[in-house]
Amino acid sequence: MTTTGLTGPADRGGASPEIPAPPRRREDYLNVQTSVRSWLLTVDHKRIAVLYLVLISVFFVLGGLYAMLIRLELATPAADLVEPETYNKFFTLHGVIMIFFFLVPSIPATLGNFLIPLMIGARDLAFPRINLLSWYLLLIGGVIALAALIGGGVDTGWTFYTPYSTVFSRQQVVLTIVGAFIAGFSSILTGLNFIVTVHSMRAPGMTWFRLPLFVWSLYATSIVQLLATPVLAIALALVAIERFFNLGIFNPDIGGDPVLFQHLFWFYSHPAVYIMILPGFGVISELVAAFCRKRIFGYSAVAMASLAIALVGFLVWGHHMFTSSQSAYAGLVFSFLSFLIAVPSAIKVFNWTATTWRASVSFRAPMLYAWGFMGLFTLGGLTGLFLSTLGIDIHVHDTYFIVAHFHYIMVGGAVMAYLGGLHYWWPKITGRMYTEWIARFCAFVIFIGFNLTFFPQFLLGYLGMPRRYASYPPEFQVLHVMSSAGASILGVGLFIPVVYLLWSLRYGERAGPNPWRAVGLEWMTPSPPPTENFSQTPVVTWEAYEYSSLTPEVKLGRPDAHDTHAPA
Amino acid sequence: MTARGFQLLPERASALAGRVDALYAYLWTVTAVFTLLIFLLVAYFGIKYRRRREDEPAPRPTAGSVRLELFWAMIPLVFGMSFFFWGARLYIAQYQPPDQTLDIHVIGKQWMWKAQHPSGVREINSLHVPLGRPVRLILASQDVIHSFYLPAFRTKMDAVPGRYTTMWFQPDRVGEYHIFCAEYCGTLHSGMRGALTVMEPEDYEAWLAGAPAGEPPAAAGWRLFQSLGCVTCHAAQAPSMAGLYMSEQTLADGSTVVADENYLRRSILDSTSQVVAGYQPIMPSYRGQVTEEQLAALIAYIVSLRDARAGEPSPPPPAGPDPGGLPPLRPPAPTGQREGGAR
Amino acid sequence: MTPTPPPDPRPSPTPVATDEAAAAHALGVHRLAHHFDDLAQQHRAAELGMWAFLATEVLFFGGAIAAYSVYRMTYFDAFAAASNQENWLIGAFNTAALLTSSLTMALAVRAAQLGNSPRVSLFLAATIALALTFIGVKFYEYAHLIDHGLAPWGDFHFEPPELAGGARIFFSFYFALTGIHATHMVVGVGLMLWLLSISLRRGFDDAFASPVEMTGLYWHFVDIVWIFLYPLLYLVHRS
Repeated sequence: MTTTGLTGPADRGGASPEIPAPPRRREDYLNVQTSVRSWLLTVDHKRIAVLYLVLISVFFVLGGLYAMLIRLELATPAADLVEPETYNKFFTLHGVIMIFFFLVPSIPATLGNFLIPLMIGARDLAFPRINLLSWYLLLIGGVIALAALIGGGVDTGWTFYTPYSTVFSRQQVVLTIVGAFIAGFSSILTGLNFIVTVHSMRAPGMTWFRLPLFVWSLYATSIVQLLATPVLAIALALVAIERFFNLGIFNPDIGGDPVLFQHLFWFYSHPAVYIMILPGFGVISELVAAFCRKRIFGYSAVAMASLAIALVGFLVWGHHMFTSSQSAYAGLVFSFLSFLIAVPSAIKVFNWTATTWRASVSFRAPMLYAWGFMGLFTLGGLTGLFLSTLGIDIHVHDTYFIVAHFHYIMVGGAVMAYLGGLHYWWPKITGRMYTEWIARFCAFVIFIGFNLTFFPQFLLGYLGMPRRYASYPPEFQVLHVMSSAGASILGVGLFIPVVYLLWSLRYGERAGPNPWRAVGLEWMTPSPPPTENFSQTPVVTWEAYEYSSLTPEVKLGRPDAHDTHAPA
Repeated sequence: MTARGFQLLPERASALAGRVDALYAYLWTVTAVFTLLIFLLVAYFGIKYRRRREDEPAPRPTAGSVRLELFWAMIPLVFGMSFFFWGARLYIAQYQPPDQTLDIHVIGKQWMWKAQHPSGVREINSLHVPLGRPVRLILASQDVIHSFYLPAFRTKMDAVPGRYTTMWFQPDRVGEYHIFCAEYCGTLHSGMRGALTVMEPEDYEAWLAGAPAGEPPAAAGWRLFQSLGCVTCHAAQAPSMAGLYMSEQTLADGSTVVADENYLRRSILDSTSQVVAGYQPIMPSYRGQVTEEQLAALIAYIVSLRDARAGEPSPPPPAGPDPGGLPPLRPPAPTGQREGGAR
Repeated sequence: MTPTPPPDPRPSPTPVATDEAAAAHALGVHRLAHHFDDLAQQHRAAELGMWAFLATEVLFFGGAIAAYSVYRMTYFDAFAAASNQENWLIGAFNTAALLTSSLTMALAVRAAQLGNSPRVSLFLAATIALALTFIGVKFYEYAHLIDHGLAPWGDFHFEPPELAGGARIFFSFYFALTGIHATHMVVGVGLMLWLLSISLRRGFDDAFASPVEMTGLYWHFVDIVWIFLYPLLYLVHRS
């Protein structure tokens, strides 16, 4: 498929042999400069995306290690692996790291950063230096959280409920909060950057309703990041200030209200879960369109559903607090509103399913992840309705049912979407293809391991097993052992992609600009793209996902697209 | 609570638990149907319309349909509303105890549950209740937020420091059931467990008679009412405690409030916050001067005066055969269950 | 419908004259960034960005003010008594100073838009002076409260004692809210010092006033937050 550009005697018509010229690689964003300084001071959104990819992978491994320790401890009923206090630090750090340092940034900061300018035909995001600042903020926040870890850890749960976190905990609460606070700024600035970019920098002809659905999803996510994260910032700031200065805003001994903290906290943290899943929806839309070679059914409905989820997501925080002593009226209102969110999510799932009807479906690895997402997100989302149902939530609140629910969405949903997207856009980001058979194998292993880990937890929860328990009554052991066994399979499944993806960087088949024959501006530029993305600003005259009116050959782009070794 | 092999549901010890299980079954049915539907549809379409040649022409896009979108927006909405209404009815039943309940104060502290029966019997990490009578728990916390969870009754409620919360249940099966703390509260959160024992009424009476008991809370409350100086004002110019509990009070700003446990608590701790109309805000605050247990005792005493008439001197509550003198070292034979008060 | 991007019919971005660009660059003022097509697009993006950032600040302060409001309703008498301990006259002076600084900032923005760098320097200096005055007075107020045992940490006394709990919460909010507000002011002063360094080297002209405008927006927001805080903290139940 590729020529090497080597010249040899045959090319010169029989002249004497010379030392052949080395192959000249086309210049792209990866090889244009290779010094460490050029990476750490880059303002190229694509490089920043790669920096994020590395950083959040480190956090994922750390959070995953804590998960392994948790499941190891829970394989036996007694707290025999570690002291209860240590276990409490395990689940706190698992939550803090996975939510603030992995899930919230994951798709937006890696895939979003890389793809949004490409998808809208721009040269970069609106504020490239703020983009780099966002990465450094995540790094600094992570280092501070690591310092808290080394300094003894924190044991308040990622939810930092008062007055335990303000008065009673003797661990590194303030330091952890500072780390999460700074990471929150990273998230706010990313959201701000995306919103301004999508508003101001679309290429000519790229109207709102020609945007890829991935961009719509990230736009909706950015609105949530922008407006919800500051409330977390103030909630955490007040806890840190109270703890540091011994103030008493949430201290019941002087008349403070500990439940007020819960309101402030969940006002962010409920929209935060939409920050974590909306980008995943965007990825799935792209995967389904590409691997069905068909426009997503009901494009406008899917786009509007993203905005609806973002907006209604701000109204339902009280469903985390049904047993917290809020009034019955509040409970009824929040329960009712929570059911409304199910509607736009269901619309998306039905639209994706309808897209596969009379399509041209290919089950390459990214599509396997998309298929897994659709099943697991449907199940996870519907179990969310269990939790919106007042009569049931009173029983299962603070049990493993909740743990199972959110892991179905965040791992079965968001992580699967992230992996699917990473595989799909891997050739664009790196210029290499991954090995297909092992990627498919891992998708299956992850799917099976995941279900074995988390489905038993629904049963455990309804049986009454509370969460955040280091030890438990023996009758729960069978289900816990199943869950821990599944976790080891899941861990293996999540580890192998690291190996083969890294391997592909050196030995993978080189990719052309559009190995999937997909439609989208990002596929009309070489793989990997040059720093300025497009040699000329594209002018868009076609609708989104216009697969059918164009023959495959015409869609393949410029004639020399495959030949990445040809001289530029 | 012994392992009974593989269970899908916990033991069911009340009628309400049965109703929760029924709703649960309905929810799982709908969930299973839709999850399988989506999963199988995508698999079926994926196989039926699989790509046969890499370079086959792209299929035509399917025209959007507003009607179809509305249709499958209505379906989740309709099911959602069915969940909501059923759940809401159940919730209201879980929230509103019946009129006649056995009231027990439960105080959570790191890391144990202390229960106090009206007769003065105290338990730690355990609770004995009679079969067939509705029990109302008044929860308090001495330190952080805890949550009193009874899986067999499908109910829980947070114990929040600084206020009272209540929950109720009616056991209809004898047995021993888990008590869990369900709100993370620190190091030994997973050890903050206990046993709720439901006994036949005769067995319960026998147990109550034989269990070690301190002074009945209402009697202790009466003594505190004297020793803390409450009686000085409240027998004269301050509002009388007689008939106060659960009566409607008009406050200085014109609003009305029901004098429930939380109102009484707030009046003692933040005495100027809910002053009754016509009175000056001169009551001193007792914050920091009474423990949770003393608060519970004072409130039990005021509750015991629910049916008394204003104007009569506040009598000490009948506490059994030996009310005077030193607190009994052995509990007197109880003359019958103290009610929390008719409502 | 062409699939491949046709040659771009629009002209490439108007290059700024080389010596101008060099001069501007030497001042540390980046004019047209490489990823924007023209200054107008860049300005629009900057404006939208600053408004989006201010939206986050509204939510940030809004959360704190919401928390304050919950307690204000629960402990009205205590909050009234505590607020009456504040010196409303000093607070009014500070409010006047801050409002005036918004005026001088707006004048600086206008001067920048007219390309009058010396005027910009003058008005920026005035704004900075007023801001520092505000902060100085704040320190005085803090010291006064601490001396009188009204700081919620350490030795807190309040008469009458029934209202002490609510008063302590009031002062917790007072210090938290004004402290966070003062931090925002310090950031604003820092931005203005940076702008001053440019205007003193005559770096602003009528084609490029954007940084001054954006800082102006930020400063006006900081002012508006104070306009909420002043009555909430100083004027509770003053007849």
